[in-house]
Amino acid sequence: MDWMASLHGLAGGVLIGLSATWLMATLGRIAGISGIVGNLITQRGPKGDSAWRVAFLLGLISGPLVIMALGGGLGNVAGNPGGVIGAPVGGVGLMLVAGLLVGVGTGLGSGCTSGHGVCGLARLAPRSMAATGMFLLTALVTVYISRHLLGLGGGA
Amino acid sequence: MKTAAGYTAGLLFGLGLAVSGMTDPARVVGFLDVAGVWDPTLMFVLGGAVVTTFIGYRLVFERSAPLLGSVFQLPTKRELDAKLLGGAALFGIGWGLSGYCPGPAIASIGGLSLPLLAMLVTMVLGWFTAKRMAAP
Repeated sequence: MDWMASLHGLAGGVLIGLSATWLMATLGRIAGISGIVGNLITQRGPKGDSAWRVAFLLGLISGPLVIMALGGGLGNVAGNPGGVIGAPVGGVGLMLVAGLLVGVGTGLGSGCTSGHGVCGLARLAPRSMAATGMFLLTALVTVYISRHLLGLGGGA
Repeated sequence: MKTAAGYTAGLLFGLGLAVSGMTDPARVVGFLDVAGVWDPTLMFVLGGAVVTTFIGYRLVFERSAPLLGSVFQLPTKRELDAKLLGGAALFGIGWGLSGYCPGPAIASIGGLSLPLLAMLVTMVLGWFTAKRMAAP
């Protein structure tokens, strides 16, 4: 096992947890990316509700850029210790389909890996536990079918 | 003030995704590929994030209101309905195909590629579609 990669994972996870705690402590909001960004784009919310969402979005994009600027191997790209942002595992066609599924799915399911998987599990919310179990299950099955039965993607 | 707080939260989240390697879809697919060379990294990310948030929320909820707002805005729905489970199922398929959930997909804009751009465009389209489907 690659302990360095795991340690990076743990450290990054703690940072994500601090982000979720901070957002709840200051603005009283769940740190769910599909909710924060999705509502920013699709809704005309009450006045004053979009500025923090735009700011969050800019912060989210600038995080990896800061790590790149700092250098020193702080990223954790598989097989490329100095890398920060990895390459997509599929071409444009596959990603068009995947994006639609992720958008419709997180929209209908009211959350993604962050809203349900991190914040929801931390709140011990039954809906989030069910959603997290479900998306993990279909993701595992999808990867099994695409990689081992159809031989697609990622050079596995 | 609220804007600065929002930026700080986003920055911490983006730093966490980058340090943990979740901005590399190969790592995510490697975790989901239990029949291949399994990559446990995501388990450590989720574990670290959930435990930190669990402890953090306990401390935060000692107060009656957030520092810069009037109420904690928490989901109130309780029922496990078809919309929740069906949505989560579709999301999982897209996540498994691409290795991107919304956070890492957006956080990776700094290293934008054509496939990622394609995904971001249809993801936004998907959000609009879901909103339309959910409307009464």
